[in-house]
Amino acid sequence: MASGDTKIPVNVITGFLGSGKTTLLRRLLASPRLANTAVLINEFGEVGLDHLLLERLDEETVVLQSGCVCCTIRGDLVTAVRDLFFRRESGIIPAFDRLAVETTGLADPAPIVFTFMADPVIRHHFRLGNTIATVDAVNGPLHLDQNPESVKQVLVADRIALTKTDICDGEQTAAIKARLARLNPAAPLVETAAGDFDPEDLLAADLHDPARKNEEVRRWLAGAEALADPQGEAGHSHRRLDVNRHSARIHAICVTHERPLDWTAFGIWLTMLLNRHGENVLRVKGILNVLDAPTPVVIHGVQHLIHPPVHLDRWPDGDRRSRIVFIVRDLDRATLERSLAAFNCLAEAGSEAA
Amino acid sequence: MCGLCGVVGAEDHWTDAAATSRIVGGAGAGRTRRQERLRRVAIGNKILAHYGLKLSDWQGSAYILRNRTGRQEIVPHLAALWPAAEALAGRPCDPLDPDVIAAMSQSG
Repeated sequence: MASGDTKIPVNVITGFLGSGKTTLLRRLLASPRLANTAVLINEFGEVGLDHLLLERLDEETVVLQSGCVCCTIRGDLVTAVRDLFFRRESGIIPAFDRLAVETTGLADPAPIVFTFMADPVIRHHFRLGNTIATVDAVNGPLHLDQNPESVKQVLVADRIALTKTDICDGEQTAAIKARLARLNPAAPLVETAAGDFDPEDLLAADLHDPARKNEEVRRWLAGAEALADPQGEAGHSHRRLDVNRHSARIHAICVTHERPLDWTAFGIWLTMLLNRHGENVLRVKGILNVLDAPTPVVIHGVQHLIHPPVHLDRWPDGDRRSRIVFIVRDLDRATLERSLAAFNCLAEAGSEAA
Repeated sequence: MCGLCGVVGAEDHWTDAAATSRIVGGAGAGRTRRQERLRRVAIGNKILAHYGLKLSDWQGSAYILRNRTGRQEIVPHLAALWPAAEALAGRPCDPLDPDVIAAMSQSG
């Protein structure tokens, strides 16, 4: 089995119709450091891609018995990725070192994430890297208001690429940036029209890159700190009053726990929470101070799909509390904190008895 | 699949990372995989008692969940535990339920 470091990273490029996914992909692939990337796309759009390793996907889904949308296997993706891998191994195609999957504008990215984590062949050879969502600065607010898929794409993203800022005014740009930061504070935002972004930073800087993972965690913690600021939260609350907008019910919260967490109790708590509230817990990203572990543990997931935990070599800052950023619909921070604390004290009593 | 009992091996679950010393706790925590499973059963039972359920380890490879009427189900890992618990208890198992939080805080 390939270890975490030798698996081929996969980048999912998502974004609403016409938000500039293909244009972004073309610019990313032009970077010499990312030239050895295989690309799977859902549809040939107006913007042509001229790339050596380009394959087309036909959307075909297999819904698993649970009937949950995020636990859907994309049959087309399984076939395409397995086929690509076998041809790579047989030397029929060059040994690509990265795979980019461009979704359709209306796609929910969660089944793609699930497919890479669940398929027994794929998960042993590939690992998920950053998911990038493109958001159009001009039409983005309308997409977010009217299409739940657009909101979901932003929530699942590890990076947000804001496009078309060159054709809208500063006020519009500031408004959409504030809205995106509220929806997903853990995802750094890049304005691609400015042209001075680092393609590697978008695609390659992730939790599996030993040189960058601490910096990556520091970034989402900075987003979490903004949430913990009471003034910031008060500032956001007026937007939540608009309940007619479905995205108004979605917000990010940062759950903190002062004492070291018991890993066993935490696992029981999070699986129980995600089983009952998985539909309303859209995203989880956290750094944990685990009892008896000298260094922090990072967890991240989309709905009830949690990735294998990652160990950091050192704490990214002076704060030793466990901090978990949740993007939720209709759940509140205080209840989550109380619940986590109650489960953790259960473990403390349990370990004395054991 | 186990040739003797016909049980399909479960997929790795993220919570099982506790058994891998390089990821979580591990050497520092001084627990083997088996000890970790027994501990998970012990803590799990404190919560499941609230729903009239009992969990036990089964051959170090799965868990058995039982209710008071004797109905039982084999579950491979924690993620599969909760849907089974809700089915056997006949009600939702919600960690955010104020009654559950109060009960857990007291038993802690």
